[in-house]
Amino acid sequence: MANFDFRTCSISGLKIDKASENLVRWNLIAAFATLAVGGLFALLVALTRWPSVHLLPLEFYYRFLTLHGIDALLAWIIFFEIALVHFTSAVLLGTRSYVPWLGWLAFALMLIGGGVINVIVLLGKADVMFTSYVPLKADPIYYLGVILFAVGALLGFIIFFINVILSKRDGGYKRSLPLGVFGLGAASIIAVLTLLHGAGIFVPTLLWSMNLIPNVDPSAYRLVFWGLGHSSQQINVCAMVSVWYMTSAFVVGGKPVNEKLSRTAFVLYILFINIASEHHLLVDPVLSTWHKIVNTSYMMHLAVLASMIHAFAIPASMEVALREQGYTRGLFEWVKKAPWSNPAFSGIAISILLFGFLGGITGVIFGTEQFNIIRHNTWAITGHFHGTVVAGTTIAFMGFTYLLIPYIFKRELIWKGFATIQPYLYGVGVAILSIGMMSAGAFGIPRRHYDVTFSGAPFSFTFDPAVDMFMSMMGVGAVLAVLGGVLYILIAFGSVIFGKEVQ
Amino acid sequence: MHAERNDGPVPGGQTFYDNIILLLILGIVVPTLVYTVWGLVEIMNVPKLPIVP
Repeated sequence: MANFDFRTCSISGLKIDKASENLVRWNLIAAFATLAVGGLFALLVALTRWPSVHLLPLEFYYRFLTLHGIDALLAWIIFFEIALVHFTSAVLLGTRSYVPWLGWLAFALMLIGGGVINVIVLLGKADVMFTSYVPLKADPIYYLGVILFAVGALLGFIIFFINVILSKRDGGYKRSLPLGVFGLGAASIIAVLTLLHGAGIFVPTLLWSMNLIPNVDPSAYRLVFWGLGHSSQQINVCAMVSVWYMTSAFVVGGKPVNEKLSRTAFVLYILFINIASEHHLLVDPVLSTWHKIVNTSYMMHLAVLASMIHAFAIPASMEVALREQGYTRGLFEWVKKAPWSNPAFSGIAISILLFGFLGGITGVIFGTEQFNIIRHNTWAITGHFHGTVVAGTTIAFMGFTYLLIPYIFKRELIWKGFATIQPYLYGVGVAILSIGMMSAGAFGIPRRHYDVTFSGAPFSFTFDPAVDMFMSMMGVGAVLAVLGGVLYILIAFGSVIFGKEVQ
Repeated sequence: MHAERNDGPVPGGQTFYDNIILLLILGIVVPTLVYTVWGLVEIMNVPKLPIVP
């Protein structure tokens, strides 16, 4: 390893090789950029669903909604996760990136794929929404873009396995992977399965769109698509929990109270969390009740058990670490003295709280067959996954960015005061947005719909007037969240470009 | 992060958790069988709508 270009981070003490550093940096930069684009689409979509604003014309609303999902749900999060793959499998193990060329190939494919999708949707050649359910047919280039992005992501996650196996050979670790790396390993395993499902459904759909095969069975499409669509969110859950553990360790010196239990929880994710894809099919008439019940009521709750373990293990690790630092007065001095002004810490604290109470609990409720029939395809579901993916994963990743900028970019944060309030502003905004969506959904407001007043429709229908308040609540929350998001983007890019260099 | 202990015999559970390739295989096989393959078999067994001449 002496031939490779390593440096030692003066803040974290991490040994970082140049190739890994560059891969982490560029994947993070791509993540920041795609979040900026996805966030802009989020604002435009939210201002359209807010009835008193109703901003966009019809066709742009649906196109921007699709791109909001592509850029903010897939691109931002997966670019960040690939950065985490390089950070954990090389930097945290103190070894080098063994296949940097593969990392750059993966990066290029994701960048090209993401760009192709954005252009083709904006051109109006893929008005099939995010789910692109057949027999809705888009231009073949759209499916090609999705496949390029997915193959790039798959290669990116495969790098994790190559790095950890070769790192063990070279003595990077002896027996067990550190817990944060193990968590990203679990995320990478889920990612491989997820992206194989993506290939399994988008390759035949591409051939169908080119008229090379006669049809794709819509039921089979829905089944396999959600093996990609929902499972990609399980990669996020796993990576997010891993970030919780790592941030606790870096910021307060937290160590899991029972590491075996935390690892067991990750293994439960590996085996059972992907099965939560069945949520989307609970009202599907094709599949049997047994398939639905086994995949949700039985298997999925083993993954929920894992989340419950992490939900107690991580705050407990913080409590133990802070008590060891002397904050032992009463039951809660450790809470009071926790570093709430450190945005990395407040980011994961807010992420844990909101993910648990907004995203997690509602996910379990909506995942039961009886309740799913009432809430399916209402805005309550959108409120649920904004509680998981945005209030959970995105805020955790934002918090971790405040550690990665000095560690990887060797820059101090600019606007430290704004950075302190950013996770709170974003968290409050997303919480209001999510609760607004779930409350409106409880009154039957459909998800995705352009105009719930149904103006110009041949039949009239009026929702309970209470929905106006909840939809406006969503709009106010969205504006606050976008302000928090703009602050994050400015601080991230500003620190990378103008931040004082860390010696 | 979280120093590992390399002394003493390796418990069976730890051997299992340390085998990332075994976890990868199980992580692909279990959901594929329980969700995807089972679902596809059910879809293939749905009787086709009879075509009325």
